[in-house]
Amino acid sequence: MNKIIELKNISKSYDGVKVLNDINLDIYDNEFLTLLGPSGCGKTTTLRLIGGFEQPDEGDVIFMGERINDVPAHKRNVNTVFQKYALFPHLNVFENVAFALRERKVPKDEIEEKVHEMLSLVMLSNFSKRDVTSLSGGQQQRVAIARALIAQPKVLLLDEPLGALDLKLRKDMQQELKKIQKATGITFIFVTHDQEEALTMSDTVVVMSEGKIQQIGTPIDVYNEPVNAFVADFIGESNILDGVMLKDYKVKFADQIFECVDSGFGTNEPVDVVIRPEDVDIVKPEDGMLKGTVTSVTFMGVHYEIIVDVNGFKWMIQTTDFVDENENIGLAIDPDAIQIMKKSEYSGLYGDYSTYSDEVEELTEIESGELDISEVEGTEEE
Amino acid sequence: MKKNGKPVWGLLGPYTVWAFVFIVVPLGFVAYYAFTDNSFSFTFDNITRFFTATSQSGDSEVRTYLLIFWRSLKLAFISTVICLLAGYPMAYIMSRADSRKQKIMMTLIMIPMWMNFLIRTYAWMTILQDTGILNGFLAKVGLGKVHIIGTESAVVIGMVYDYLPYMILPIYSVMAKMDLKLIEAARDLGCNSYGVFRRVIFPLSMPGVLSGINMVLIPSVSTFYISQKLGNGKFFLIGDAIEGQYVANNLHFAAAMAFILMVILIIMMALIKKFTNGMAYGGDTE
Repeated sequence: MNKIIELKNISKSYDGVKVLNDINLDIYDNEFLTLLGPSGCGKTTTLRLIGGFEQPDEGDVIFMGERINDVPAHKRNVNTVFQKYALFPHLNVFENVAFALRERKVPKDEIEEKVHEMLSLVMLSNFSKRDVTSLSGGQQQRVAIARALIAQPKVLLLDEPLGALDLKLRKDMQQELKKIQKATGITFIFVTHDQEEALTMSDTVVVMSEGKIQQIGTPIDVYNEPVNAFVADFIGESNILDGVMLKDYKVKFADQIFECVDSGFGTNEPVDVVIRPEDVDIVKPEDGMLKGTVTSVTFMGVHYEIIVDVNGFKWMIQTTDFVDENENIGLAIDPDAIQIMKKSEYSGLYGDYSTYSDEVEELTEIESGELDISEVEGTEEE
Repeated sequence: MKKNGKPVWGLLGPYTVWAFVFIVVPLGFVAYYAFTDNSFSFTFDNITRFFTATSQSGDSEVRTYLLIFWRSLKLAFISTVICLLAGYPMAYIMSRADSRKQKIMMTLIMIPMWMNFLIRTYAWMTILQDTGILNGFLAKVGLGKVHIIGTESAVVIGMVYDYLPYMILPIYSVMAKMDLKLIEAARDLGCNSYGVFRRVIFPLSMPGVLSGINMVLIPSVSTFYISQKLGNGKFFLIGDAIEGQYVANNLHFAAAMAFILMVILIIMMALIKKFTNGMAYGGDTE
């Protein structure tokens, strides 16, 4: 695979605050790459550097082998789908999509043909004469995609494009974007704070926090083998415990010694241990490696989410077995369900599930500006 | 204004009463006077007089009121164009400045409006007179004198000075609300700065331009005081003519001229709107 974009040692500050700190990233041809992280992690700034809307303070942006730090946005072979679409309200659907070609003085027949091709790609063939302000959010989204793709960019940048859509439409658009990416063979760089979206759509996930890249890998890699507590906590649900690597394949946590599949750590090195909630088996108390009391049970549809108190540490377990509140149960953990991570600056920041509730999580998201309440309520009409 | 999704029309009550008593009824009177003679019997005479009355100008005979009206339109049109050319860049720069600078610029634009219109016009007289401030300054720096007062230029200067804020403000308010992402989108799709302006900023600013034109053209056409003071009374405008007839207690003919002016302005505004709509929304379509 060919490298299409390289970011080399990129740093960027606004008003003395460092928003990107020594970013190094290679992006390949035909790749669906997602920049994932909470708001303020630098993912949108990274995208804007590639789009040409920002210049790095330090480091280089390399596009197909050429340094493009000073190339303005309109001369880059890159197009963007903006967060709230940024469709031109004075132009109809056809003219919005035709915008880039008109700028290039493409002959009329060719424009006509290309626009219709693009509109059928996004399934809006009958909408060409419509006013963009009369479209639903999902339809506007499609126009924005068609408008960005018509110039046949090498790379398409998508800045949280699904953020304003309701859940069901969002899922449909995820599938559709993936399909469009496959069909066109264009590299997609997708920015989101939604870890589920990142996992379902991407070939490569880049997890960012505080202006730094935490981990680059396939969705399966970052889920199964998070490199530190931040990634483990941000992607999916995790029980993160303090542990000590006694020697290769032996780890001690929760006052017990477990077999594991990791090696290469120092003798008695302190580590963070991640165990995913779905990897814990519920057994009879006498058969369990750990014993605990169920403190809450939530029915989630496919499974139950239960919180278990093991010597004061609240575990989350996802199970299809029914258990009652206050029941004493045993916990069994297979060696390959135990992921060992080096200690990092994020160690100890993510506690157990003692204060866990969906509602609290959602409220903090709204507070931190990740979710706009007006968007959550949605105005989808499809 | 809405309760359970329905507008509460009752809230419009006070304005409706105001508009009826002070706008609709007086307009009715204007029309009534325009089409009646001194004994209040119906006549077209006032209207035909406007179009046919003649007077001697030098060797030739001219249609008095049509000439005055034509001059009013010409000076108003020149003033509006100058206001647009000066005001548009100002509005654009102001809308892109940081908020502290925006406030300062706004204040500078508003300050002249805090002063009385008559005083401002007198101030221009003292500046533009043959022995005024401007010529004093030109003499100091060794340049020759200019004769401005009593020319059409002086009238245009006065109009531009008075009405420029009314051009800047509506354009500015449209520009300030413009989504900056649209400009980024245009750049992203291959536009350089000129292209961004031509294809996005300018068409989107058209509603502001249109209301700016409305707000400058209409008062300039019907202004009367500026021309008397800065034109030394040599350039009678339609506003002066109406005022003159009114002062001379010729109410019916004054009303007829006001009526004709109103009808012509309405037609003009409709034409401008039609023309600019085409520009704003059909610029790139065939």
